[in-house]
Amino acid sequence: MIEREIRKRKVISRLALLAAFFCALWGLFWLFFIIFDVLRHGLSSINLSLFLEVPTPPGEPGGGLKHAFIGHLLITLVAVILGIPFGILGGTFLAEYGRNFRFSRFISFLADTMVSVPAIVVGAFVYAIMVKPLGHFSGWSGGVALAIIMLPVIIRTTEHMLSLVPWTMREAAFALGAPYHKVIWQVVYPSVKTGLLTGCLLAIARVSGEAAPLLFTSFNNNFLSYDMSGPMASLTVTIFVYAMGPYEDWHGKAWGAALVITLAILLINLTARLMLKKGGKS
Amino acid sequence: MVFTNRIFLFFTFLGALLIPLIILGILIVFLKEASLAFQKFGFVSFIFSPEWDPVFEKFGGAVPLTGTLIVAFLSLIFAVPFALGIAIFVVEVCPASLKEIVRLAIELLAAIPSIVYGMWGLFTLAPIMARYIEPFLQRVFSPIPLIGKLFEGTPLGIDLWTASIMLSIMIIPFTASIAIESFYLVPRVLKESAYGMGATKWEVIKDVMFPYCKIGILGGIGLSLGRALGETMAVAFVLGNINSFPTSLFSPTTTVTVKLANEFTEADKDIHLSALFYLALLLYILSLIVIACSKYLILRVRSR
Repeated sequence: MIEREIRKRKVISRLALLAAFFCALWGLFWLFFIIFDVLRHGLSSINLSLFLEVPTPPGEPGGGLKHAFIGHLLITLVAVILGIPFGILGGTFLAEYGRNFRFSRFISFLADTMVSVPAIVVGAFVYAIMVKPLGHFSGWSGGVALAIIMLPVIIRTTEHMLSLVPWTMREAAFALGAPYHKVIWQVVYPSVKTGLLTGCLLAIARVSGEAAPLLFTSFNNNFLSYDMSGPMASLTVTIFVYAMGPYEDWHGKAWGAALVITLAILLINLTARLMLKKGGKS
Repeated sequence: MVFTNRIFLFFTFLGALLIPLIILGILIVFLKEASLAFQKFGFVSFIFSPEWDPVFEKFGGAVPLTGTLIVAFLSLIFAVPFALGIAIFVVEVCPASLKEIVRLAIELLAAIPSIVYGMWGLFTLAPIMARYIEPFLQRVFSPIPLIGKLFEGTPLGIDLWTASIMLSIMIIPFTASIAIESFYLVPRVLKESAYGMGATKWEVIKDVMFPYCKIGILGGIGLSLGRALGETMAVAFVLGNINSFPTSLFSPTTTVTVKLANEFTEADKDIHLSALFYLALLLYILSLIVIACSKYLILRVRSR
């Protein structure tokens, strides 16, 4: 009787763990399904003209997405220039000067919350403060929207990385008479530079796939433009417009763009994690 | 020297101050932009009115708000069991050499841009759903009373069902990674003592690890919910953006985010734009509350 009970419990345990295994398969299945599908549709659209030519008039096959690649790079660049310095500075405050204030813990908490704020809300915000007063969509506002999304990510990673540096290292520098800002610049930052770099890379990977905040800010543009104060095409918004559009040729280009952006983001992610692992060991 | 230190301190403080400034700034700006619609429609009548008519300037948020909640909760129902299963697999079942790889792969699910999910959902998932899965579900469930009602309608693939399934895939990593993290925090002694009493692995998971981690897991589920509430591009492709309440799992509807994405740049009347800002404000407050609560729970677990 007891033996039967034990066997039953063992069987239940086995079945439950098997179910867990199938859950993992379920997750992996979708990951590979999506990547494989993007590859299958996207590879046939990848050619030099996708990168080097501007679009033809709607409906005419041919042309490329040079305008969207350039626009995307420029907008992301603005986001990086705005988001990374402020993010690192803010994270430095939380982990160094302000480490003992309750106020700083509260800001960390807010930053953590802000990481998950819907991206489209940020887009609407930047629309209200930049696009509406100025009267037109602009590449600048797209960059600002992405920078806002990036900021809390960078702040939190910086804070975390800096807090890993042992206090004895700072104290050694203090003992030599170094002021705090020199300690931060010459002792703390150098010892976590890999960590900071990976944090920045992950943040860039995160914002470069965003479309929602760009819809109302940099909007879209069918022509090649280097003018950041006018509407500007981006890869993600172009994918949205092209995939929703009626032309087969557009769909193909959207798949091509989706492939490029997915691979780029996965690659940045993997590199960053690898760097972190190597940096952590040494 | 002291002076440079002060300047640097000032700039770092400024960087940190940006966070509360932006969070408050969004709130204030939205309140201001939504005031026109607020004065005209009030609060209660706005959230309960299903009317959305730009021509006659009548706006109510009932449909997108319910749509947002339904899509978010359905996707949670589909995501949470799998996320917990994945966490159990990674912590307790998986061979040590594969642990990091499986964990990384699951996290990559969150790295794929939502626009790519959306496009894949429109061109690949929706046709599969419309052709195979949805007719199959209809055949199985339609004879059952009440439950059969959920599966009524023409299976077009652009509906609640497809959107929720796709969203569930996107939010799995958030619950999974927090659950994995909390499972690792269970003291070894606690597990060993249960094993010592003759418990099976599943019994240890169910009766020792889950109760120990329930707060953390709740936080992880909250994070996933926050994501689901705010997801835009993926849902925009497969939900149909039709301003009517869903009558079954196979009917199209809309969410706050989809409405914003589709109408924001086309709103030519002030009151239309203001109503959209009103929706954005409600979404913002809702997701702030959900995320802040779940972060608080996770923080409590981490500081233990």
